[in-house]
Amino acid sequence: MSIDKTNNPDNQKRRNFISGTITGSMIAAGAAIAPGIFLTKTAQASRDTTQAASAKNRWGIVIDTTKDVDWNKCVEACNKEHGLGNETQSNELQKTQYIRVVDVKNKSTGYTKSLPVMCQHCEHPPCVDVCPTGASMKREDGIVQVDRHLCIGCRYCMMACPYKARTFVHETLTDQREHTPRGKGCVESCNMCVHRIDAGLKPACVEASEGAMIFGDLNDKNSEISKYLAKVNTRQIRGDLKLNTGVRYKGI
Amino acid sequence: MKYLKYQQLKGESKPYYVFLGILLAIILIGMGATYHMEHNGHWVTGMNNHVVWGMPHVFAIFLIVAASGALNIASISSAFGKTAYKPLSRLSGALAMSLLIGGLTILLLDLGRPDRLIVAMTEFNFTSIFTWNIFLYNGFLAIVAVYLWTMLDRPYNKYTKAAGITAFIWRLILTMGTGSIFGMLISREAYDTALLAPMFIIMSFSFGLAVYMLVLMASYKYSDRELGDFVITKLRKLLGVFIAAVLFMVIIYHMTYLYSAEHRDVSLFVLRNGGAYTTLFWWGQIILGSLIPLLLIYVPAFAANRNMTAVAAILVILGAFAQLYILIIGGQAYPVELFRGYEVSSSFMDGQLIEYAPSLYEVLLGVAGVAISLFAVTFSLKLFHFLPISLADEVTNPHHAK
Repeated sequence: MSIDKTNNPDNQKRRNFISGTITGSMIAAGAAIAPGIFLTKTAQASRDTTQAASAKNRWGIVIDTTKDVDWNKCVEACNKEHGLGNETQSNELQKTQYIRVVDVKNKSTGYTKSLPVMCQHCEHPPCVDVCPTGASMKREDGIVQVDRHLCIGCRYCMMACPYKARTFVHETLTDQREHTPRGKGCVESCNMCVHRIDAGLKPACVEASEGAMIFGDLNDKNSEISKYLAKVNTRQIRGDLKLNTGVRYKGI
Repeated sequence: MKYLKYQQLKGESKPYYVFLGILLAIILIGMGATYHMEHNGHWVTGMNNHVVWGMPHVFAIFLIVAASGALNIASISSAFGKTAYKPLSRLSGALAMSLLIGGLTILLLDLGRPDRLIVAMTEFNFTSIFTWNIFLYNGFLAIVAVYLWTMLDRPYNKYTKAAGITAFIWRLILTMGTGSIFGMLISREAYDTALLAPMFIIMSFSFGLAVYMLVLMASYKYSDRELGDFVITKLRKLLGVFIAAVLFMVIIYHMTYLYSAEHRDVSLFVLRNGGAYTTLFWWGQIILGSLIPLLLIYVPAFAANRNMTAVAAILVILGAFAQLYILIIGGQAYPVELFRGYEVSSSFMDGQLIEYAPSLYEVLLGVAGVAISLFAVTFSLKLFHFLPISLADEVTNPHHAK
């Protein structure tokens, strides 16, 4: 297995550790693009990964579907970040997708809309409920993900997810990202780029969304996302299921 | 009434070993197919990210449901005190264990990571019905083993009733657990109903009895032991009641779904709009698997013919596979609705019916599970005193004319 050792946040974290200062961290984050140039802004302070994630935070994303954005850029950013799309044997129905663009059409009026759909990071995730081993888990800060050491590949979580947000690794994969190990026979899904969040960065799709997606802490009333949600009407997909998703949509 | 005496099958005849040899060959072929699937990954199967449980699960769920149903015969004797069923009890327990072992083997071998069995056995999440089922399945094997022991070991016969009642309650919970695997899924239209728990119990009565009857008839035919009409008639009539009960539950299921607008489409998909699934429903599940067996059981001309009873049992099993295929595969192939009332499309097949064609490997694994069950029960008959030497009417019927 060859591992991409250049532009990933884990390496950034190591550099942060060496520099030992917030300034150093900013330089390192910027260095991913070019030395001394900062194209990205950190979403929040990087997390001390020696400590457990805290329930004080609840990470979420709000998506403004009224903006004219090419959502495929988010898909491409996700694929690049996690090293997806490297299957050589799987057919189209078997390939992994963490995020997809769904086209929605009102049958009676003909009105159409496109929007990205990924794991909705539910407060009450059905995938976590049904997982027999606890591999499907929700972090204290609300991020839903799969512990790939515990997943036995039973696929019950895929049956349970109302958003079809999960996929199964159907073949042996090479050329993987260090932060997204993808073992054959395990289930995987969007983890909100947990490695980036821990490093104080935004999820890759948010970065690529041209401002149509806001990432932040739903528990922090002063965060950009909370302020946005307080003044704009947003909805949850399948809100009737009362899963209280961490991903919200404007304009659906 | 003559004294009831049990004896192992001699199991020394050529046909006995040929039968075991054929089963062993099927098992080995199935293991080869499993190795191929596990070595390469599931891309070699027909399963995908939408139909995540395929043909192996149809076989596995059939065997697990039939396992709890096969125990019914023993329960009728021990828990409900119907002495006419007592001679049939031991085979009932043995078959129940064998079927469950076959079904669980399939489930295990179809995992993405069967090598992590130890994880499944040591890491538990008690909000998962799967976790509960791990205990229910293992508990079932243990309880039925003890139950069989109380039947086989004369000094412990006094505990048979207690063990039988425990096993009966356990098996009801177990089948509810199996039904709840699907019933507790809010995500898929075809599931998400508590009806599936009782429906699976009724299905188990029918499927399990059909398998039991065929194993009983074959065992007696090929071991040259006498099997009287008294037993066959009782089981045949019981099967008729169970088939009708399953039909009743299927009607209730669809009526419930047709009644509510949000579920109507998925019911109409099975009943009218589902193409192959609709064909399978009407011709496979209803006509072939239910109505024709009912005719064979209740029309006197057929009822008198034991072969027709066997045909009815075979048809019930085929109908069971049709029913489970529609429920398991059809339920997944049917689109998950993200936005109700809207047309949706995506690169991930949103809004579209998913095509699934089982691969040969999946079928071979499923058939191997059946072979494991049959091997286990056939071999157990040679080891233990499970079968009465005779089930002739003079042995089984208390009112038999001398």
